[in-house]
Amino acid sequence: MAQIEIKNVAKRFGSYQALHDINLTIQDQEFMVLLGASGCGKTTLLRIIAGLETATTGEVWIGGRRVDHLAPRDRGIAMVFQNYAVFPHLTVFENIGFGLRMQKLPNDEVKGRVERTAELMHIEQLLKRYSGELSGGQRQRVAVARALAMEPDVILMDEPLSNLDALLRMEMRAELKGVLAASTTTAIYVTHDQVEAMSMADRISVMHQGEIVQAASPIEVYRNPAAEFVAGFIGNPPMNFLPAAPAGDGKWSVAGQVMDGPSSGKPLKFAIRPEDMRPADTGLTATAKVVEPLGAHLLITCEVQGSMFRAVLDSDMSVKPGDQLTLAPQPDRMRWFDPDTTLAVA
Amino acid sequence: MNARLLPYVLILPVTLFLCLFFLYPFLLVSKQAFSTGAGFTLDNFREVTSYWKFPITMRNTLLLAAAVVPIQLALALLMATMVNRMKKGRDLVLYVWTIPLGISDLAAGIIWLAIFEQSGFLSSMMSGLGLVDKPVNLLTFQNPGIVFLAIMLAEIWRATAIMLVILVAGIGLIPKEYYEAAEVFGASHWKRFLRITLPLLRPSLQTALVLRVILAFEIFAVVAALSGTLFPVLMGETYAYQFDLLNSGAAAAMALIILAISIAFTLIILRVLRVPKGATI
Ligand SMILES: Nc1ncnc2c1ncn2[C@@H]1O[C@H](COP(=O)(O)OP(=O)(O)OP(=O)(O)O)[C@@H](O)[C@H]1O
Ligand SMILES: [Mg+2]
Repeated sequence: MAQIEIKNVAKRFGSYQALHDINLTIQDQEFMVLLGASGCGKTTLLRIIAGLETATTGEVWIGGRRVDHLAPRDRGIAMVFQNYAVFPHLTVFENIGFGLRMQKLPNDEVKGRVERTAELMHIEQLLKRYSGELSGGQRQRVAVARALAMEPDVILMDEPLSNLDALLRMEMRAELKGVLAASTTTAIYVTHDQVEAMSMADRISVMHQGEIVQAASPIEVYRNPAAEFVAGFIGNPPMNFLPAAPAGDGKWSVAGQVMDGPSSGKPLKFAIRPEDMRPADTGLTATAKVVEPLGAHLLITCEVQGSMFRAVLDSDMSVKPGDQLTLAPQPDRMRWFDPDTTLAVA
Repeated sequence: MNARLLPYVLILPVTLFLCLFFLYPFLLVSKQAFSTGAGFTLDNFREVTSYWKFPITMRNTLLLAAAVVPIQLALALLMATMVNRMKKGRDLVLYVWTIPLGISDLAAGIIWLAIFEQSGFLSSMMSGLGLVDKPVNLLTFQNPGIVFLAIMLAEIWRATAIMLVILVAGIGLIPKEYYEAAEVFGASHWKRFLRITLPLLRPSLQTALVLRVILAFEIFAVVAALSGTLFPVLMGETYAYQFDLLNSGAAAAMALIILAISIAFTLIILRVLRVPKGATI
């Protein structure tokens, strides 16, 4: 049992506030992805959970035990470091087996586990090499294997696949998800790759400037972003935003079109995903600027009343730059945000 | 200028300097060691090694090195680890600890003589405390143990800092992330020292040990100041051959013997502390 609870954790480096009052519970055996832009505090949060950094305030609980005062090695965790930290003086074999040796496991057990995890990470032919003789991606996989070999209660992974090519990354993603699903390990996985986040996570926590903006299932985060930042960060291309002016109770005027929306007295922001629009007779009037065929779809960058606006349409449509389009947003996919708080308005 | 030649041109002045002032005198000394007037001979070596004092001086020198160097290594490692953990005052502590480095070995010997001799403060303190009736001379042939101990102390006091500065620099170069990884994967303080610090420090350990061991075989002034002739060492005998007996052939032979021992130990140290092929440290 290793449920992780982070209660009111804040971290300050001198005068810089890296984390503000983080509250997060990760269920036993859950796969939690931390997603956020560079510098938003993902690594800092992971290091606090690992015990490599002390929180300025707040508590960390693992498996029902408060661990703030415990050394990293007493927390039952394994970690994949963002900069790998593969030991240069040990072979790949000894690197992967490092934690097992520290636990004084018998030699054949170490050998078995090292070989199993190495195979999983496709580095079984590199076991005799030293870290200096590996490529960046190979070194990264050694770091992942070293953590997996521990079969820990909690595994913390800081962008563990960032250095792999697209194909290998996809393969490793599936392998990692498979092993972790088959184990009883609770995982926290840091990435800024949305596809990785969406495809692997049980839940995604989106971080922004030292705060967790939303923690929910991938589809929830995608469909119902809790804040403007999430809407703009998740999805490729991201959500479109247009200013909306009140036009009577529950009615909003967006780019000259009147739409149904929430009841609120002050101006809001209207948001819609590029793929949630259909060409129709009535709707937003857009002028196509750039047309990018993506195979299955057309990505059209257009202009709606001076704002940039993207639409993803079927590739059998023929659209040229300069064309006028009328795009109808699907009513159940329209979202509204308060421009002052940036939070979603229902 | 040709890029392949340039490095050689640049080291030329130093090379010339070394040839002129080191290699040439060295060749002269070797020539002296291997000749007694006419032709090549090992007579000088036969003479010095068959002298009754030779085994004693050899034993004393090796014994002293064996007693002093491991203690210095352990101390230097301990001190370097401590300095490395300090956040404030680190430089100040380092300066204080390295003060003995700036003192010549003869001066160091005299400082310790002032502590141990009859009117020295150890003796005065002991008589002041009533441990002995009257001030005693501790450094006499009746107390070979104390003589040895005094020399050891003086050497440790004087020459640990040279290892310390090398090891401090080396430890400072080990990235923090390796310690963090080791800590997460279950290594205690002691295990981190054994499994991370020591192996990653091998290049610095090599340098520090080689330097220190060579210096240990050359020990002379400290021994002379503290023991006079009570504790003969190789370098002291070399001095005696050259300046008391005016036998420069024998002195040259002794010098070459010391050189041979130094080279042998250097090779052993380099071998034992070698970095495995392929490992990048
Ligand atoms: N030791 C430190 N001292 C001062 N500031 C720090 C320290 N560590 C991190 N920071 C700051 O805290 C913020 C969060 O850093 P962190 O490493 O957690 O970001 P991150 O989300 O992991 O980014 P990335 O995706 O680039 O790895 C950054 O602005 C960084 O400059
Ligand atoms: Mg990071």
